[in-house]
Amino acid sequence: MSTFDSARLIAMFEAVATRIETEKDHLCALDGHIGDADHGIAMAQGFNAVRAAVTDLDPGAVAPSDVFNTAAKAFLNAVGASSGPLYATAYMRAGAALKGKEVATEDDMAQAFQAMAQGIEDRGKAVVGEKTMVDAWRPSADALAEAREGGASLAIALQAASTAAAKGAEATADMIAGKGRSSRLGERARGHVDPGAASAAIIIEVMAESLSGAGGPGAP
Amino acid sequence: MATKKIINRGDDAVDEMLDGVIAAHGDVVMQLAENPRALVAREGPRKGKVGLVIGGGSGHEPTFLGFVGKGLADAAAIGNVFASPPPDPVLACTKAVDGGAGVLYMYGNYAGDVMNFDMAAEMAAMEDIEVRTVLSTDDIASAPVSEREKRRGVAGNFFIFKAGGAACDMMLPLDECERIARKANDHTYTIGVALSPCSLPQTRKWNFEMGENDMEIGMGIHGEPGMMRESLQTADEITDRIMDSIFEEMAPQKGDRVAVLVNSLGSTPLMELYIMNRRVHQRLGEAGLSAHKTWVGGYCTSLEMAGASITLMHLDDELTRMVDHPCACAMFNG
Repeated sequence: MSTFDSARLIAMFEAVATRIETEKDHLCALDGHIGDADHGIAMAQGFNAVRAAVTDLDPGAVAPSDVFNTAAKAFLNAVGASSGPLYATAYMRAGAALKGKEVATEDDMAQAFQAMAQGIEDRGKAVVGEKTMVDAWRPSADALAEAREGGASLAIALQAASTAAAKGAEATADMIAGKGRSSRLGERARGHVDPGAASAAIIIEVMAESLSGAGGPGAP
Repeated sequence: MATKKIINRGDDAVDEMLDGVIAAHGDVVMQLAENPRALVAREGPRKGKVGLVIGGGSGHEPTFLGFVGKGLADAAAIGNVFASPPPDPVLACTKAVDGGAGVLYMYGNYAGDVMNFDMAAEMAAMEDIEVRTVLSTDDIASAPVSEREKRRGVAGNFFIFKAGGAACDMMLPLDECERIARKANDHTYTIGVALSPCSLPQTRKWNFEMGENDMEIGMGIHGEPGMMRESLQTADEITDRIMDSIFEEMAPQKGDRVAVLVNSLGSTPLMELYIMNRRVHQRLGEAGLSAHKTWVGGYCTSLEMAGASITLMHLDDELTRMVDHPCACAMFNG
């Protein structure tokens, strides 16, 4: 069974930041259809700030919850907008789920993942079907829970979560928006994938990859 | 092809603008050392006065930062272009203007702004500062009257903030400041018309497409769609359609007074605004209404978007006093 210390979580955030940077133009282009064409810029700005903040931490001296809380604060203050409070809340909830643990178990990480999805729903008050990042996060968290209940390892469950997130993001193309700025577009938003759901699917995919690797305490 | 802008690096646009604002208006406003995106009035915040914090995304100047000064807002939290500020600068503003009588937040009704300001209000509550929030929802084209709470805040911010700021400056208690600010919002009606799109400094791409001869009545200040896309009409036709919609909802009685704002969305020149204003006043006269005061110019812009908006505030004696209350801001005196 894998365990997750602060170093692994820092590596996870670094991997997310690297991937979001390469997807920046793609996310901006998606946003160009139904928004200001700046979603990729905001997400890259946010995760670059996260990378800078978490790599500043001494992994031996901080707990996993501190890594999440540091990421939350860095992302929030770099971005503002809507994605700032949403991801900040997700990471603060993950931090709370891991509070007091020096090393997280697979169960702990599964709980932290559920807390992230729940935090995003609570803060944004969106539900599935409203063409937002919840359309990636909710099915993803449900898939993870289902896989864990069926006895799957965290790595397998995260793979199911990643697949569900991608499918959920794809499904937003058929929706009209019920929340956020594109909700004022009505039918004009149909046919385009929601950029917030697309970036969520990318983040979940990278988290799954990063946390699925072999490794215990101290592994990169 | 990238749009043409006089900028350096797109990423630096907001902070370099703030440097220039301080260079020009440092006698009126200052940046807080702990957060340069928190702009606070040098005169205004004082003991026993309700503090007024406004804010929102950049790109709408002189909204929001230009309305910081004695008699109007005590502070503004500055976001990235078209993006809400995070809670930190909002909280920094809140602490800087708290005079022990509570703090009022006033800003436009957008999902991102609501989340960030609400988080700041929660943090302020933990420091024993009472915060009340009044959202502007003056854009009557953005949702039907039955869903007024979904409407966006646009150029009417100017009147709504001014009324709220006056109430605070008169040393009224928090309950009264909140009531007057809400009333100001309820009495303010705006509709815009867009002729061409705008582009963000970091993308330098048009944020929506619009045909050579098209216009859109009801478009929002970030390019949110309005009622319908149609061929460009004359100033009188456009103004009549806007005034018809506003009158229908405002339902004024003969002899009522209004305050008028004819606002440029960015690149539409004063000449065109005054042509519209001519027609606004003709229509007010025909309806038996009097214009107590009229403002014409760029008050709530959308970068270089072409287009304009018309705002009417339906005045009673109290709102008239609020509108007439003097203020001395970085980009507005009156």
